[in-house]
Amino acid sequence: MPSQAPVLSRGDGALAGRRILILFAHPSLDRSEANRPLAAAAAPLEGVTLVDLYAEYPTFEINVDREQARLLSHEVICFMHPLYWYSTPAILKEWQDLVLEHGFAYGIGAGALNGKLFFNALTAGGPQAAYCAAGYNHFTIRELLHPLEQMARLCGMVYLPPFALFGARTAMDEGRMPGHVADWVRVLVALREDRLDLTAALSRTTLNADLATLLRGA
Amino acid sequence: MDGIWFIAFVYLAAAVLAVPVANRLGLGSVLGYLIAGILIGPGLGLGLVGRETHDVQQVAEFGVVMMLFLVGLELEPQRLWEMRLRLLGLGGLQVGLTALLIAAGAVALGRYWGLALAIGLVFAMSSTAIVLQTLSEKGLTKTEGGRACFAVLLFQDIAVIAVLALIPLLARPGGWRDAAGNAAGGATAPSAHGAATLVAGLPDWGYALVVLGAIAAVVLGGHYLSRPLFRFIADSRLREVFTASALLLVIGTALLMTLVGLSPALGAFLAGVVLANSEFRHELQSAIEPFKGLLMGIFFITVGAGIDFGILFADYATVLGLTFGVMGLKAAVLLGLARLFRLPTGDRWLVALSLAQAGEFGFVLLAFCVQNAVIPTALARTLSLVVALSMLLTPALFILYERLIAPRLRTDADEPAPDTIDEQGAVVIAGIGRFGQVVNSLLVAAGVRTVVLDHRAEQIDLLRKLDIKSYYGDASRPDLLHAAGIAQARLFIVAIDDRDRAVEMVEYVRRTYPQVRILARAYDVGHMYLLKKAGADVALREVYHGSLSLGAAALRRLGFHPYKVERMTRAFRRHQSEGLDGMYDLWDQDPDIARNLALQAHIRAYVGSLQDALNADRRDLHDRTERGWTPPPKGFAQELDDEA
Repeated sequence: MPSQAPVLSRGDGALAGRRILILFAHPSLDRSEANRPLAAAAAPLEGVTLVDLYAEYPTFEINVDREQARLLSHEVICFMHPLYWYSTPAILKEWQDLVLEHGFAYGIGAGALNGKLFFNALTAGGPQAAYCAAGYNHFTIRELLHPLEQMARLCGMVYLPPFALFGARTAMDEGRMPGHVADWVRVLVALREDRLDLTAALSRTTLNADLATLLRGA
Repeated sequence: MDGIWFIAFVYLAAAVLAVPVANRLGLGSVLGYLIAGILIGPGLGLGLVGRETHDVQQVAEFGVVMMLFLVGLELEPQRLWEMRLRLLGLGGLQVGLTALLIAAGAVALGRYWGLALAIGLVFAMSSTAIVLQTLSEKGLTKTEGGRACFAVLLFQDIAVIAVLALIPLLARPGGWRDAAGNAAGGATAPSAHGAATLVAGLPDWGYALVVLGAIAAVVLGGHYLSRPLFRFIADSRLREVFTASALLLVIGTALLMTLVGLSPALGAFLAGVVLANSEFRHELQSAIEPFKGLLMGIFFITVGAGIDFGILFADYATVLGLTFGVMGLKAAVLLGLARLFRLPTGDRWLVALSLAQAGEFGFVLLAFCVQNAVIPTALARTLSLVVALSMLLTPALFILYERLIAPRLRTDADEPAPDTIDEQGAVVIAGIGRFGQVVNSLLVAAGVRTVVLDHRAEQIDLLRKLDIKSYYGDASRPDLLHAAGIAQARLFIVAIDDRDRAVEMVEYVRRTYPQVRILARAYDVGHMYLLKKAGADVALREVYHGSLSLGAAALRRLGFHPYKVERMTRAFRRHQSEGLDGMYDLWDQDPDIARNLALQAHIRAYVGSLQDALNADRRDLHDRTERGWTPPPKGFAQELDDEA
């Protein structure tokens, strides 16, 4: 069981850069105000593979072999999605159930995902203030994501805090999107070039709350 | 009164009146025919027929030949080999033990041993005609007991040949006072057995060669010649010529066997076995079946008409005593053997009760015995009355089994596990064109046993090359459907492209086999409604899902998100099926759309609502395509915060 503290693979892919797999799930993309510009910004980045799960598997018939091959060829795995009932949209759950097989992702002799980085890039309707013990959501976003954090742990992956947009329903109207998209690109590039301070990031609530302090070099 | 028309009318009228009544009363058709025979016969009945029954019976015995041909068709050579133990063991012991025990009884009563043995052999035979007919009527053919019965009967049919050879040796030296000359006065006369044959003057080795040659001719001819011949005839699409050729096959085989001194029934059986693997099996079955049924019926009528009630009334104690004694003894032997061969309890009783009678071969053997001066004529008359009475009582024994034994056993017997798809679970598919093939492939891949029928011989030929089990034949014919096992099928799938015939087939199967679920391929909405009205449980338009998929592919090429396309097609499907369900009642009032104003209005409204749904602004959609992911209103977070 990979329950011991995972080894951070810093610098492993420094030369070629880490490859990032974004598993994107939005069931009603043409109405999206936050996820669409985020996806559009990430897709063309070098080293980034963006998979629109709902487009690829509109009937939920997920190709397990293809998805496992994708996992093997990337060092960073990201679930990108709107937060639906404190979790992912349905297809990401289906993806977990089918792709993270015993013997591949976890279990004796498995270790395909060992040492990879995992994080969520999510958009939440509620304001950040709601995500605390005193708010109406009663838990912090990291607490609510515990099932995903444990999923990453069991698979031997390093779990990073989510890259989160709060108050997503009003973000565009309030002009917060351009800044958020820029942060998103910075995080992805820093992950690729291994300029994100992983040790410091581990204990944060979100990746983007104080992004500048996590980035090293230029 | 002698005209052939009058006799035919009497026989048919008796059958038409008596058989349905007997069936309705649960007595089975065999007893119905026997009663019909008694009713028109000279003994107790109207005396409408009499002298000619013997001639009629000779023709009717051909029904037994046809029946064995049909039995052979059901039995692939491999299965015949598998049952060799039962055939020789159970059958051989039954004939041997019964004959010896009855002979011992006769010797104890002071009869000469040769006579006693002859009587034993006469009574050892059971009635293939009654038993097989009744077993298949009651659906018991495929049970353990039914198979054991068949093995015994088949052995008896083979043994008759040996017995016919043995009988002349049993004659008492010196003969009986009233020997051979009176033979013609017996209740029946010998059938084709013992008639002049080609082999009469041959030495033994020559005879053996001729017999082997005849059997080889049947096997090889059936295997290599019949297929091209039937294909050729099938391609002509003349149904009556196919029927004629099927009859020709059976009659030709019977004739060949008679010429070399073998049993025609046995020859026909052999021909049936050879053709059991042929794709024309069901077609042959349906061609022969009506003739067989009719001839068997006439045969049973002649048995009924031939019962000499004079002897019965003169000495009923002896006759009834003999009848019950013989049947009791036969049943006891069978029960013991069935136990020895480890049949399940219920099947033991089925074997014992169903084979307890003496059979039509008994008549044949008796007549032959009289001819050869082995049995005196007067005794032969009494004995043939015993044979006839035991046959008459057989349906009652079946009823006894069904009413008293089977229900009692069913409760304590372990129910078989329901996961195996057996004969009962079979699916009959009519039509194996583009549509039926896909259906069949899916079912076969899932391990479902299917029987596929199509009326295009070249299509069947192709499918057989691809190892797809299929049969040539017009599935709209009731007899062919029956031969394909529709009565035991769970599902009937209509995949033919002939619209009217599809509706007729659905109507027929719904009416005749109400327990069978029906799934049908519909041409369009009107046809779908017709099929549902005819009784189809499921009717699907043949191009609907294909065209919807193509429409979806088109939307994707136009740049619609694939998941949105998926949701739209789902919504379209739902809208369609709701709309079509709603229209059915209106359609039912008057299927002619041109006159049905209410239906026209409904269709207009339906088309309009579909267009509205797909053209409306997505936020106004009320068809639920988007409802699942409608985001909360922009100010929802504030509201929640206020509440908390």
